[in-house]
Amino acid sequence: MHKLTDRLHRRLAVAVVAGALGLGALPALAQQPKTLKVAMHADVRTLDPFWTTQTIAGIHGLMVYDTLFSSDDKLEPKPQMVDTWTVSDDRKVYTFKLRDGLKFHDGSPVTSKDVVASMNRWGKRDGAGKQLMGFTESLTAKDDKTFVWSLTEPYGLLIDILAKTGTSIPFVMREKEAMVDPFKQIEEVVGSGPFMFKRDEWVPGSKTVYTKFADYVPRKEPASGHAGGKVVKVDRVEFVWLSDPQTAQSALVAGEIDYLENPAVDFLPILEGTPGIKVEAHAAAGTMGILQLNHLHPPFNNVKARQAMLYIINNPDYLNTIAADKKLQTVCYSFFGCGVAMETDAGSEPYKGPKDYKKAEALFKEAGYNGEPITILHATDHQYINPANLVMIQQLRKAGFLKLDVQAMDWGSVVSRRAKKEAPAQGGWNIFITGTTVLTSSSPVTHTSIGMGCEKAWFGWPCDAKFEELRKEWAFAPSIEKRKELAVALSKRAYEQVPYISFAQWRNPVAYRSDKISGVLSVPSVPPMWNIEKK
Amino acid sequence: MTAYIIRRLLATIPVMIVVALFVFLLLHLTPGDPAAVIAGDDASPAEIDGIRSKLGLDRPIWEQFVIYVLSLLRGDLGTSIFSNLPVTTLVMQRLEPSVVLALSTLVVAVLFAIPMGVLAAWKARSAIDRIVMGFSVLGFALPVFLVGYLLIYIFAIELRWLPVQGYRPLSQGVWETARSIILPAFALGMVYMALIARITRASMLEVLSEDYIRTAHAKGVAKKSVLLKHALKNAAVPIVTVIGIGLALLISGVVITETVFNIPGLGRLTVDAILKRDYPIIQGLIILFAGAKVLINLMIDISYSFFDPRIRY
Repeated sequence: MHKLTDRLHRRLAVAVVAGALGLGALPALAQQPKTLKVAMHADVRTLDPFWTTQTIAGIHGLMVYDTLFSSDDKLEPKPQMVDTWTVSDDRKVYTFKLRDGLKFHDGSPVTSKDVVASMNRWGKRDGAGKQLMGFTESLTAKDDKTFVWSLTEPYGLLIDILAKTGTSIPFVMREKEAMVDPFKQIEEVVGSGPFMFKRDEWVPGSKTVYTKFADYVPRKEPASGHAGGKVVKVDRVEFVWLSDPQTAQSALVAGEIDYLENPAVDFLPILEGTPGIKVEAHAAAGTMGILQLNHLHPPFNNVKARQAMLYIINNPDYLNTIAADKKLQTVCYSFFGCGVAMETDAGSEPYKGPKDYKKAEALFKEAGYNGEPITILHATDHQYINPANLVMIQQLRKAGFLKLDVQAMDWGSVVSRRAKKEAPAQGGWNIFITGTTVLTSSSPVTHTSIGMGCEKAWFGWPCDAKFEELRKEWAFAPSIEKRKELAVALSKRAYEQVPYISFAQWRNPVAYRSDKISGVLSVPSVPPMWNIEKK
Repeated sequence: MTAYIIRRLLATIPVMIVVALFVFLLLHLTPGDPAAVIAGDDASPAEIDGIRSKLGLDRPIWEQFVIYVLSLLRGDLGTSIFSNLPVTTLVMQRLEPSVVLALSTLVVAVLFAIPMGVLAAWKARSAIDRIVMGFSVLGFALPVFLVGYLLIYIFAIELRWLPVQGYRPLSQGVWETARSIILPAFALGMVYMALIARITRASMLEVLSEDYIRTAHAKGVAKKSVLLKHALKNAAVPIVTVIGIGLALLISGVVITETVFNIPGLGRLTVDAILKRDYPIIQGLIILFAGAKVLINLMIDISYSFFDPRIRY
């Protein structure tokens, strides 16, 4: 009997202790930080957003750093760190004033010196930045809050470029980091953006953690795209790297993550049919294929051979292979993307028309082609580049007169090999496939792969002075109407010269748990994590 | 025995030197360029050259090799080109998930496979034997990712018992770690279960046909005792070899399982580094894996003398 009561007492005591612990745990539970779990398209491996042009570095940058201007959801530039600015009558001198309350994560104020050093560093790495710096006479800090940007010519894109999104966003760093050689990585990550980077929790290849920067002063305007007030409504954001698309999709369905940046197109019907999940895409959130031709070596050093390809390549075939869902497809013949201000298919008749192998063969003959092997760098490990290559190879074989030398390799090898200028037989190449975003393509200035600056051009090294002249003219155009007019001229010239062949345009939606989070901002690329509220 | 162990440890030095040389040459002769990956799609060739120069990749190969070996001798495995973190830090971050996954998989595999193998051998050519061998064939035939997706669908999405992905470190509690590792351990364990069960069965069948087993039966020793004390211990040498090799393979990377279940282990670190041509990580990891394999082989060899006292070094 004694033993029984002893046991009962002991159990009672245990229950009381457990209850106390449980009650004690309640306030702890109530104070649990609100954590947003996000799976981005890649893992944050590099912390310096200028050192590499990879989009994921830009996503990390957008969390930690702030920008002078930002693009809203209509891709129009709006001030962000800048409060007011003036432009001289000759459109050559811009005077900017920073807004009040800007602070770095270490508590120091953001000054014009930080801005000047940051822009100089960024301007050495980014394509558009380099062009802007080419027209820059001086960039100086007038006082702590004012800086002056003087141009050699009335270059009309200064604000647009400062508000650019996608890759190589012009972030503002501390002067200390901004003075680091742009070809070397910075050591410390101290920005003035709405989130702070948690270095002690960073596991490259697995997880990157950010916490809310309590001292961030958002703008008063409502958030729109990357513009407006960056009001942070969660305590932590965790980027979880899920390299397997199936696992990423399952993690979203099971509610283990709140936001998935790039759901695989094959899984979209499942996600769309799952209650509590929303799938949506910004109008300009698209990818375009690039079939790059090497202009240095036969046969594509001859314009006739490049033009001949337009009679062989059938644009819609790529879409059906890469993004079978019709809702995601746009059969686009515009070098500058479809659904954007500069959309034009001027000069695309040979490409749009029915495929004509006889015409193509005649043009190849005129170019002096005599059955030499055409070396194709086929990346077999890439989500859409591999199927696009398979379609292209089939189309070229179907033409019946081309001899192909298809070399299968991983994307890393293509990236290395495409930089080689040697002849294909000496380790060079004739064709490789890649892609770009609609956002990047939408401006002839940021659209690096359309440039025809010979030695300075992108891989393939297209060379056409007239096109480059038109490109420059576009950058100086004073109005959107004039730019559209010039875009037509650029398109016609591009279809004559064929720097590359643009194929397909497909939308890349994001998916998120609409039953758990709200306030997701619509952007074409580099998704922001502010404004998102977690229930 | 001590002299043997010292001899074996000394013999690892030339092995490691050859591995270091081989890995270095293989990497630098393979096409691919980290500078091009860093520069991104919009970079010009001149920019790529600039990055290559800053990384020291434009120096002659022999010079890069000398720098690499001198760093190794100082115990420095180098710094990742991309994350700018020391390779040792990256390895330490990944070690716990890899070791926990490897050991859990082996525990799962051994706990199920050895009884299955013993049972199959004892009831050879019976229905039980066929069921066990059928399971073995299935274990070999089903790809790990398929088993993984099936387990995720049943236990994580439908039943919601276990998480879909991710690893919870031991610092968050053993139960949390166990919850995160159960599905990957079973998915990966299937292959090892199949392998160990087959080896156990084959080894046991051989031992069970020995004269001394017949003598033990004739003396009236209990069946359980014959199986476990007389037969299993004598059949252990090949089983331990397979388990040891399995452990070495598991630690050096089970990429597919790590990818499917999002376990931040050494396997994924290796593959990601290869795809991005992050040379210091690849070199450091292969050196570590080679060292681990040499040590595990040594441990297996030493364990033989425990199971078979006739083996002496």
